[in-house]
Amino acid sequence: MFLFFISELKDAVRVRHSCPLFVKCLQKMCQMQRGAGSSSDPCRRPLLQVRPTWEVGAPPCSFFNESRTGSGSCCLSVRSCFREYFTHKFRAMLGKTRLIFPGEKVLLAVSGGPSSSAMLSQVQQGLGQSAQKKLRFLPGLVHIDEGGALGLSLGERQRLVSELKAIFQTSGFPFHVIPLEQVLDLPTSAVNTTPPSSDRAPDCYKAAGDGGELQQGGALAEPSVHEAQTRSLQQLLGSATTLTAKEELLRTLRQHLLVHEARTRGYSKLLLGESCTRLAVRLLTCVSLGRGAHLAQDTGFSDCRFGDVTFVRPMREFSAKEIAVYNHMFRVPTVVIPSLETKTLEKASIQRLSESFVSRLQQDFPSTVSTIYRTSEKLQTAGGGCCEEDGRCLLCLCSLDTAAGKASALQARLISEQLCCQKPAGTVKVEPSPPAGPCCSSADGECGSAAGGAVCCSSEAPEKKDLQKLLCYSCQLTLRDMSSVAHLPQYILTEAQRRKRRSLMKDEISEFLLEEEEGSS
Amino acid sequence: MAAPVSVHLEFGGGAELLFDGVKEHHVTLPSQPEPWGMRQLLVWIQRNLLKERPELFVQGDSVRPGILVLINDADWELMGELDYQLQDQDNVVFISTLHGG
Repeated sequence: MFLFFISELKDAVRVRHSCPLFVKCLQKMCQMQRGAGSSSDPCRRPLLQVRPTWEVGAPPCSFFNESRTGSGSCCLSVRSCFREYFTHKFRAMLGKTRLIFPGEKVLLAVSGGPSSSAMLSQVQQGLGQSAQKKLRFLPGLVHIDEGGALGLSLGERQRLVSELKAIFQTSGFPFHVIPLEQVLDLPTSAVNTTPPSSDRAPDCYKAAGDGGELQQGGALAEPSVHEAQTRSLQQLLGSATTLTAKEELLRTLRQHLLVHEARTRGYSKLLLGESCTRLAVRLLTCVSLGRGAHLAQDTGFSDCRFGDVTFVRPMREFSAKEIAVYNHMFRVPTVVIPSLETKTLEKASIQRLSESFVSRLQQDFPSTVSTIYRTSEKLQTAGGGCCEEDGRCLLCLCSLDTAAGKASALQARLISEQLCCQKPAGTVKVEPSPPAGPCCSSADGECGSAAGGAVCCSSEAPEKKDLQKLLCYSCQLTLRDMSSVAHLPQYILTEAQRRKRRSLMKDEISEFLLEEEEGSS
Repeated sequence: MAAPVSVHLEFGGGAELLFDGVKEHHVTLPSQPEPWGMRQLLVWIQRNLLKERPELFVQGDSVRPGILVLINDADWELMGELDYQLQDQDNVVFISTLHGG
């Protein structure tokens, strides 16, 4: 076993102590590294770098014997090794990708959970240190208080927020705590892609951002939450009939709010603390939710679907276990905020089920997470992700994947759904023009006939149908699980109407457009 | 006959929600014929400390996958998992790494 270990590292490691526990520990670390870092990765180095401490210091096996007393000096060598390994991995991730420029304003989305708290502590250390690999960006923190959506009491929410604020204050970075209720008042720009380098967008945003910051001066202006807003937020989430849809909806709303915050405050990068375990779960969830086309964006290191604000996931090389151990060892403060999944059963939602699938498999096959995660690394979006706004989903802003051909699975599903929907009207009805065609053009006629036949559709159904045309496949499914679209935030509805009008207008003038094109070519 | 063992239990990462939100427990395990191991400890926790939804904490005779167990700050996988014999003044930590605790 020893020989295996040595050859694995391809280094002349002379380990003097043959304590079985020590060997086990090294193997574990080896496994961890093999799992989490790619083969050419600099992540391997820390293990070798700290080797001298093990060799020179007290026998490593005493770590296990003495650690019982708590703070044995030998613990320190293993601890410092782990810390160095962790820090190195974090910085290597940011350094390798060269996505964040020196002096750039970067917003950290901190939920208070283990992963984002570890990220915060890493950024804190990276900026404070006088090491050569110092981080050079200007961080800000944002936390979205989702208590309203989860149905927490006001007192409970205040307690959680004040706990978080205490953590944020010690970090010394400017921070913003925003209640999720604000998502109801977003402008329509939240669901539009803004070109990254544009001069105009930052300008108008900057004005708002500067004003906000002056007012805050490091702390935050307390955005007040009205009870009515909380209620309408709850209504919105309540209109989603399944937990799966609820979670997706919440995720979408959170994303919009984060992007809006980053824009108004002039941040160009948004760091998310998703760990590799979480991303592996997310990958499987995405596939099950019909978001296969958006896998690369949803789980990749960077995601620029919003144009001017890029999502970055610097924690994606860390497994949840590593993070938990790190937080425990170095007393990183975290705040436990219940989520929609808290205390739910295993099969309550697709997200929950994928998570328990992955964690259960991971227990017997420790390379599960890294294998899934490696897969996600290799995925790329075919379209490149830069198409005009009409070609983007209204909710998730990914490019639409619904333009599939007539013989696609999507069309087959739509047809069977239409057939199902029409059954109650009686079988006398003539079949819907069989090819059902490109759904966009025929859907209107379809709607009219349905209303004429007084079928199952309620009064808001047409609206839902209109909305559905603007969504990607997965968001369509989410919408289908919602009892009504009336509770959706105004900015989404307004934008939907605008896009509908635009497409109508386009249809009207399409003839001329074509002619023009032909003429010019 | 094993002597009573006093251990320090800690729950984190959301696992404490199943224990009325109490993170730290100092407990003394009563003396019993066979020595106290992790297997017995889990049963004892389930009977005496766990307030709700045992299926979210234990699965079979082990902890639910996704809950990390540290014995004296070392991963319990290194210590023999369920077969580890508890010593007096041991420190056992349960951290949930699952979403939502």
